[in-house]
Amino acid sequence: MESRLEILNILIPMALFLGSFFVFLFIWATKSGQYDDLDTPSKRMLLEDEVDLKE
Amino acid sequence: MTTETNSQDFETFSYDDKLTKMFVIATLIWGAVALFLGVWIAFELASYKLNLDLPWFTFGRLRPLHTNAAIFAFIGNAIFAGVYYSTQRLLKTRLASDLLGRIHFWGWQLIIVGAAITLPLGISSAKEYAELEWPLDILVAAIWVTFGINFFLTIQKRRERHIYVAIWFYIATIITVAVLYVVNNLAIPVSFMKSYSVFAGVQDALVQWWYGHNAVAFFLTTPFLGLMYYFIPKAINRPVYSYRLSIIHFWSLIFVYIWAGPHHLLYSTLPEWVQTLGVGFSIALWAPSWGGMINGLLTLRGAWDRVRREPILKFMATAVTFYGMSTFEGPLLSIKSVNSLAHFTDWIVGHVHSGTIGWNYMLTSGMIYFMVPKLWNTKLYSERLANIQFWSSTIGLLFYIVSMWAAGITQGLMWRAIDDTGKLVYKDFVETVDKIIPMYWLRAFGGTLVLIGFLILIYNVYKTIKNAPKDQVEEKFKALPLSAVPLDTHGGRHRKLEGLPLLFSVLAFLAILVGSVIELVPSLVSNQFIVMDARVKPYSALEVAGRDVYVREGCYTCHSQLVRPLIEDKLRYGRVSEAAEYVYDRPFQWGSRRIGPDLHRIGKKYGNIWHYRHMLNPREITPLSIMPNYPWLYKNKVKFEVLTKKLSVLAALGAPYSEEELKQAPAMAKAQAKLIIDELIADGVPEKMVNKEIIALIAYLQRLGVDMAEEKKDEVTSTK
Repeated sequence: MESRLEILNILIPMALFLGSFFVFLFIWATKSGQYDDLDTPSKRMLLEDEVDLKE
Repeated sequence: MTTETNSQDFETFSYDDKLTKMFVIATLIWGAVALFLGVWIAFELASYKLNLDLPWFTFGRLRPLHTNAAIFAFIGNAIFAGVYYSTQRLLKTRLASDLLGRIHFWGWQLIIVGAAITLPLGISSAKEYAELEWPLDILVAAIWVTFGINFFLTIQKRRERHIYVAIWFYIATIITVAVLYVVNNLAIPVSFMKSYSVFAGVQDALVQWWYGHNAVAFFLTTPFLGLMYYFIPKAINRPVYSYRLSIIHFWSLIFVYIWAGPHHLLYSTLPEWVQTLGVGFSIALWAPSWGGMINGLLTLRGAWDRVRREPILKFMATAVTFYGMSTFEGPLLSIKSVNSLAHFTDWIVGHVHSGTIGWNYMLTSGMIYFMVPKLWNTKLYSERLANIQFWSSTIGLLFYIVSMWAAGITQGLMWRAIDDTGKLVYKDFVETVDKIIPMYWLRAFGGTLVLIGFLILIYNVYKTIKNAPKDQVEEKFKALPLSAVPLDTHGGRHRKLEGLPLLFSVLAFLAILVGSVIELVPSLVSNQFIVMDARVKPYSALEVAGRDVYVREGCYTCHSQLVRPLIEDKLRYGRVSEAAEYVYDRPFQWGSRRIGPDLHRIGKKYGNIWHYRHMLNPREITPLSIMPNYPWLYKNKVKFEVLTKKLSVLAALGAPYSEEELKQAPAMAKAQAKLIIDELIADGVPEKMVNKEIIALIAYLQRLGVDMAEEKKDEVTSTK
């Protein structure tokens, strides 16, 4: 049916484009250092409204 | 690119907590409405008289309002309150835009008011948890995008380089809900408040449950997991048990969740492999869900005495426990053999409430008790009241879940009970309904306790705010800007990328979108899964009018249209449903719960007069029926003049109507109505009923599931 094909024309190129983009981004995310430190963030979040931050 | 850190580099800022406060109050107001509606419709099932013979009070119209209010109004506002509170603090920055925040708030409340008006009026697209019609859908999408923009701009101006795991969960929520909501609600408008889904039949079912399941996954789960990873450590002042595990929890969950939707369509006409895929991923969900649950609970390790004493922690520990319980139950229910018993029963209803009340309501309550004293710079009015709420809600919830287990399993077993001669033991469907009415009373009682608990919360918060100091000033904080914090391990090469935090969201977006698209495309595009059958014809103009009445009244909230390939379904309802039969169904109306019997083989089963009298007073035909009366169908006139427009939209979507059928739609509909009324006149129905909605509805019901049966009969006779 018409409507199905129209969806296909949008979805498949989108899937291919985004799929390759995704691989690139995944590598970038890890390399950019978000996961370099997995020890302190969970402790630092406890301090965010402690006195030393306040004026 | 690194800069020396000097004390003058510190920037001073404050948080937009006024917005959080607004969302907290909206949560309380809409929470009460959503819970009240739930209790009301629970009593309607226990006693049909509460439908009041009024259209806007019937179960079929209020149930969508209850689910939408609970999910989007109550839990939605709670998410926004928690997300705005925690995001600003985790990122050490004020929201990017106060104005966008206000637009988000008021826009969202406007949508809720719109839903509260349109759904009781029967303005519904009849897709579960997505019932809002297209103008409101567009508003939802616009407001959601506003929320997203403000959120990502806030990430952009953060003063904390590391994006804490809670934020990741929020990102996944924002992106996924946007995609899901838009795709599932794609529709072509007929008028200002009526549209037809661009998907039909099986494809519509797949898109709907891909959305429906992920509404649970990405609206009721991921944002709350983010909130859990923020509020539990904060409330107990200890870091999360394992931060590594939380990262793994996040990624594994978003990769797996998106695929699980087809488990809502087991034993349907969906291709077998899609069903199996859905089951496989659903079972795989056990691992990340329980990983997260254990991570949340172990955060409380060594501090269980405080859980015993402090209401906030009580609510949170209970919430996580119920998260564990419902994510255990979910994969269990998706196993095909379990599903064959549980599907279409109250077990599912109990399951979803152990999630929404056990997990969302409890965590929301804990979160509100945590935030309110901090936001209003005061102390909680009464810990004792908080404890009373806790016990009232918890006991109420247990009543709810246990009664629904009992009701669901009882009814499921009764449906499939077959005696030695191969006949159904409980031939009359209504026997299986009557049996569980006591459970409906218990459930309504349990729900009332949950509602009472919530009213106590509202009172407690009201008193707390009232006692708060009148001069509320925004607290000032200070932190270094990102540009002043040197990157330790990485060189300047990555510096320029720091300005692109959106990439993280894009990452989550892609993971989800790619998974979804790959899963959806085969069914969307391949005719090979739906064997087209020339015997299946589009609905006539009058049947379309009748189907729209069926959609408006929310018949799908109690009746399925799907005979599963199970012996008990075949014996009770007739021939197993086939994909080809649904190709003109926009939207599909398979339903998810059989409070009444399946209707896919109702066509031609009874005479027109049976339906005529049944809709006026179901108890005249079935004394034990709990179905509402529909007197207004005998007063409202069919709007014949819009039928040309309706059929034209359906034709544009692929229904092969001829030019003649489109142009003459009103006349042809009237002619068909005449045929029906001529037959009814013999049974004493006045002729003036010819243009009433009941006639159109009868036309539709008599058409249901007959196309492929009829011609086969003809074939048989012709070969003789």
